[in-house]
Amino acid sequence: MIISALFFYLFAGVCIASAIMVVAARNPVHSVLFLILAFVNAAGLFVLMGAEFLAMILIVVYVGAVAVLFLFVVMMLDVDFAELRHGLLNYLPIGSVVGAVLLAELLFVIGAWTIQPGIPKSITAPIAAAGDVSNTQALGLVLYTRYVYFFEAAGVILLVAMIGAIVMTLQHRPQVKRQVIAEQLARRRASAIEIVKVKPGQGLP
Amino acid sequence: MTIGLGHYLSVAAILFTLGIFGIFLNRKNVIIILMSIELILLAVNINLVAFSVFLGDIVGQVYALIVLTVAAAEAAIGLAILVAYFRNRGSIAVEDVNLMKG
Repeated sequence: MIISALFFYLFAGVCIASAIMVVAARNPVHSVLFLILAFVNAAGLFVLMGAEFLAMILIVVYVGAVAVLFLFVVMMLDVDFAELRHGLLNYLPIGSVVGAVLLAELLFVIGAWTIQPGIPKSITAPIAAAGDVSNTQALGLVLYTRYVYFFEAAGVILLVAMIGAIVMTLQHRPQVKRQVIAEQLARRRASAIEIVKVKPGQGLP
Repeated sequence: MTIGLGHYLSVAAILFTLGIFGIFLNRKNVIIILMSIELILLAVNINLVAFSVFLGDIVGQVYALIVLTVAAAEAAIGLAILVAYFRNRGSIAVEDVNLMKG
């Protein structure tokens, strides 16, 4: 028990510290790397809670795809990031005020909540006892049966996002010469060569 | 020294606040704003999974999966818009986005 508490404080502390660094880092590349660190530690928190499947998905999707996408875009765009940081401190007071108020409100809520008495009776898909089925299996049992339409909607969302991203970033350059295989295959002898009988001493007109 | 639901909710609340704070602080850099949105969605996911585990209902984790999907789609679309915008205008500063005089 003490070990899990220690790991909780380790993961939570590193997660929050790296989230601070995401916001405060001067170099956006460092921000992305700290974002990866925050996600990995959040995955550790998920493992501590017993949601192993979501933890692994978090690492695969966020660290493997989203963060690398961010890193790719940060490195591809030729932006003067030092110039973007100029005038940063203008927004520090209002940001601090809004953040402090929001945090105080959230912590007040967390300090005073109670679970409504009827809630434990209205659970739709209870988690089985530990050791009975794994977290992944339990999730799959409800995801592919009761919530299969949600699952397909998620697939449609990803498809739309993929098509949208491709359509927005694809660009056709007219000056680039490309190989057109259909035209190559459509060439015949008549259109490709011409036989000219040249008489001696005249040359071509 | 048991770790209860309140501990996880506190972590999520702090992460959420940091995301909001990041949006306010980095008013010029769209990439950091997108990363702050990712932090906010991560806080939401921690909340969903914490309630799911401590109430014993796995539907919260299904919902967290959907939130994860939407977050990934949002990042992809946002970065695509960013790349297209940079190609047209040569800048990613939020203050320059005033073409429509909104």
